[in-house]
Amino acid sequence: MTDITANSMQPEAAEQGAPALKVRSYWQTVGYRLRYDYMTLFFGAVVVLIILSAIFAPLIAPMDPYETSLIKRLKPMLYQGHLLGTDELGRDILSRMLYGGRISLAMGILPVLAATLIGGSLGVIAGFVGGRTNMAIMRTVDVFYAFPSILLAVAISGALGGGIFNGMASLTLVFIPPLCRVAETATSQVRNLDFVEAARATGAGTFNIIRVHVLGNVLGPILIYASSMVSVSILLASGLSFLGLGVTPPEPDWGLMLNTLRGAIYVNPMVCALPGFAILITSICFNLVSDGLRSAMDVRM
Amino acid sequence: MTAYIIRRLLYAVPIALGVSIVCFALVYIAPGDPLQTLLPEDASAETIAMVRKAYGFDKPIPVQYLIWLGKVVTGDFGMSIATGRPVLGEIVKALGNTVLLAAGAVLIAFTLAFILGTIAGYRVGTPTDRAVTGFAVIGVSVPNYWLGIVLIIIFAVELNVLPATGMGPRGSDTFNLFDWNHFRYLLMPMVTLSLIPIGIIARTTRSAVAEVLNQDFVETLRAKGLMEWEILLHVLKNALPQVLAVMGLQFGYLMGGSILVETIFTWPGSGFLLNKAILTRDLPVLQGTILVLAIIFVATNLVIDLLQTAVDPRLKRG
Repeated sequence: MTDITANSMQPEAAEQGAPALKVRSYWQTVGYRLRYDYMTLFFGAVVVLIILSAIFAPLIAPMDPYETSLIKRLKPMLYQGHLLGTDELGRDILSRMLYGGRISLAMGILPVLAATLIGGSLGVIAGFVGGRTNMAIMRTVDVFYAFPSILLAVAISGALGGGIFNGMASLTLVFIPPLCRVAETATSQVRNLDFVEAARATGAGTFNIIRVHVLGNVLGPILIYASSMVSVSILLASGLSFLGLGVTPPEPDWGLMLNTLRGAIYVNPMVCALPGFAILITSICFNLVSDGLRSAMDVRM
Repeated sequence: MTAYIIRRLLYAVPIALGVSIVCFALVYIAPGDPLQTLLPEDASAETIAMVRKAYGFDKPIPVQYLIWLGKVVTGDFGMSIATGRPVLGEIVKALGNTVLLAAGAVLIAFTLAFILGTIAGYRVGTPTDRAVTGFAVIGVSVPNYWLGIVLIIIFAVELNVLPATGMGPRGSDTFNLFDWNHFRYLLMPMVTLSLIPIGIIARTTRSAVAEVLNQDFVETLRAKGLMEWEILLHVLKNALPQVLAVMGLQFGYLMGGSILVETIFTWPGSGFLLNKAILTRDLPVLQGTILVLAIIFVATNLVIDLLQTAVDPRLKRG
């Protein structure tokens, strides 16, 4: 690289720095790197497409996803305008998959967002305050860490009972501990650096130090980690629905569709595999985009 | 080292207690009166009164927890609502099947992923490396419950060479690992479950091998005139502990995370038991199974941590 990258630790200093050199801020550098990472751009575009198709499902879905038909059950692909065939109740699978994306994506993304907010704040507080607060928060987090993620999700939504909200609540709880740990580690590293000491010496309050100096340096690692959790969350959410713990029928959802179509595996095997394929593609794309973000946001590069 | 072992053990005790608190709380976050969730719907007034007293539901919650903990420690997990049998017996019966499945899956994963990861780590940046890394991404992105269904479609529905579900031929009670007629029932669930560990172990092996290759001693070995395969042996020996640790963690993870795969193949393990408990809202079984699986996970992590420090004392943690 011929241009000089601003030190991510001092975004402010970079802005006021010598104007003779073309200096980029941290986020500009990330954007610059991403612009030439065609792999990530491509998979990012696919992710955007999937999200858009879910948002605009009512406009592009060829049929009513709830309309059942006794005579048109489990028909193969391309049957009477049913591009991907029909399910066990004669509903159009393509329309149900488009609508299903809404719930599957929401159940995958919202818990990660909520957990990023909650877990991230807890971690920053634990890391910055230290001492007993840190002990209390981190030891509690350790307990939830002691469960395999799917087991914790199943345990909580299993006890609460099915439903979208319960499913999302249990997933949020699953993702709080790892995000809290990442935030705590990053914060406690920043806390002891000289510029925080300097800010404190100039009379900055705790809140301002956290807002300006800590968050600026901690947000990156938290966001990278959170983005890698989205694909895990989508898999877990569909898994919960598959077990009957997420969406309640007749609402369309990829995991639930996979479960109900499973009964028709000997009648129309190809159709059963479709909703799972949607989960797979979404999960792979989110995973690769997250990998791309990780390398774009890596300060050491 | 002994002091370290004792310290780690003492560290694990509060975690295990915390886990038990979470499991205890499960019955209380469930909608409805906790007493009702522990009893069949048609329980008589006498039974209700008896259970209320036995579980101490009339006492404050911390006391209830201690009573419950005392019972659990002595192996009394209560009675299953669905079957009326003691929960512990059901769990023990199912646990063996899950151990078999998880151990098989981890062994497959290790064998395949160690080879793939070594190749990739030896040739970082080449197309081979990219192919392996891509395969690893797919491994961790594939919903394994979907892969299970696809395998059933291919091998049970279309080709009809493997049984779709169950464990052993009709009428046989015991599972014989060395009898093909039994083993074929294990094959598909095992392969399905091994997919995620393959991805994770391959990634770990790749980075471990690449890291060791960068160390100075490799250069020394090369300068000494060792053959490439001899150098490889040295590298693998150094990369192995890290990979084995991840493999152990994956085993613990699969023990608790096999619910989806077991459900698809109706493999009668702890995950399947859990799924049945959810469907019938059998909270004593749900609570007991989750407690046992989580404790197993904690114990596996502890053992791996200790083994790892025994092999490499530099890893000692405060």
